Amino acid sequence: MTIRVKKQKSKEGLLHAVEEKAGVNLASCYQCKKCSTGCPVSGKVASPPSEIIRRLQLGAGDELLQTDLIWTCLSCETCSARCPNEINFAAVIDALRSLALEKGVARPEGNMPLFNRLFLETVKDYGRSYDLKMISLYKLRGGNFTADMDKFPAMLKKGKMAVRPPSGADKAKVKRIFNKAGKKGGSGK
Amino acid sequence: MRYAYYPGCSAHSTARDMHQSCLAVAKKLGIEMEELKGWTCCGATAAHQTDRALAASLAAANLVLAKEAGLDMVVNCAACYNRSKAANYEMINSRSVREEVEDMLGQPYDGSVAVRHFVEVIVKDIGLAKLRKKITQPLRGLKVACYYGCYLLRPPEVTGFDDPENPSILEDLVEAMGGEPLEWPGKVDCCGGSHNLTRTELTVERSGEIIEMAKAAGADCLTVACPMCQTSLDLRQRDIEKAAGKKYGLPVLYVTQLLGLCLGVPPKELGLDRLMVTPEEIMKAIMI
Repeated sequence: MTIRVKKQKSKEGLLHAVEEKAGVNLASCYQCKKCSTGCPVSGKVASPPSEIIRRLQLGAGDELLQTDLIWTCLSCETCSARCPNEINFAAVIDALRSLALEKGVARPEGNMPLFNRLFLETVKDYGRSYDLKMISLYKLRGGNFTADMDKFPAMLKKGKMAVRPPSGADKAKVKRIFNKAGKKGGSGK
Repeated sequence: MRYAYYPGCSAHSTARDMHQSCLAVAKKLGIEMEELKGWTCCGATAAHQTDRALAASLAAANLVLAKEAGLDMVVNCAACYNRSKAANYEMINSRSVREEVEDMLGQPYDGSVAVRHFVEVIVKDIGLAKLRKKITQPLRGLKVACYYGCYLLRPPEVTGFDDPENPSILEDLVEAMGGEPLEWPGKVDCCGGSHNLTRTELTVERSGEIIEMAKAAGADCLTVACPMCQTSLDLRQRDIEKAAGKKYGLPVLYVTQLLGLCLGVPPKELGLDRLMVTPEEIMKAIMI
């Protein structure tokens, strides 16, 4: 495998930020590749988990935030469960996601960031998720409106999609959490 | 036997059947479930993919309620279970995250509330010996592929649910119900559920492999404990069939639905009419 790393102004690139955010020590990786072997999407991405770690060790910078594993990852955490050196790689991916959002990196295939944002917006408004609203907005803004239209009638008939917004949650508490998260620069908006 | 019950958002939407069957089984077994007043979303995948402290705070908000009630918190949704346990883990193991969370919540929390999956309560607190005596309609050798997915098992140091590579708690439960739990290779694989709406082809592919493996092992049905997995495998099964060019028709039941049938709960009270792939054959086999 050949790994190309762009030279950065700071020698270290994203390594320290990722380690801090994820609470991991990437120096303990010895490239056994169990993470990449167990990863269900390894074969579909440019760099599998072990390679992402190597790139970070070699000083990769913001260009790594464009790598497709970040938003292809299914968050199944098989990588973390199998690492012999207790590197929580799923947390590394979450840290990269969070950095990508903070730095406004271009949207990936599938638009998971939009989905997550809309999900969290309904949680912020209602204290709980509101599937119907969230999915409708996602479809409107994501541009794939007709996909899965065949499923809605059956879901409604079988009571598998609540029509009315959720009620009963302590909304004030959730608003407080989001407002605090927003202030410190997290994506609480 | 009294617990604080955290239903999770899907209990009132895509997983009403999970919620219904959980409460019906609890009632039959004399388990008191006290729903937490004012409970809020655990943050789910969206929060942990966005911000670590936000994710821990949203889940911890409910744990604080359980702490105030002085009860263990029972969760039946595997995803909420995972996020709640992860929040506890963060509170205990990361001082900086705990400080952020306590600031966001405006109150202290030490990560001490025991989070239990409903299956654990049945198997460990009630016990299989006692459960066997309450079974009135056994599964009569029904071949069941038990599917765990991700959230119950990983990361193992967070959930501590069972052996992460070869769990057996669901198999033990199915055996106690008189069914035949199958040996099959897909039980800890990922269903691809987190991309269900964002990159559906990934979900169809991952879940398609699981259905194919379960079918190849001779399964009469799949049983699950996670609403994401249930949706991927049941609601998406028509898409899976289209992609594979064959018909599977494999019912995907919550383990609480199977158990409810064995305990003599009427199918409607278990939400069996809400499944997309009809469980009619399963019901016929059990309810003689």
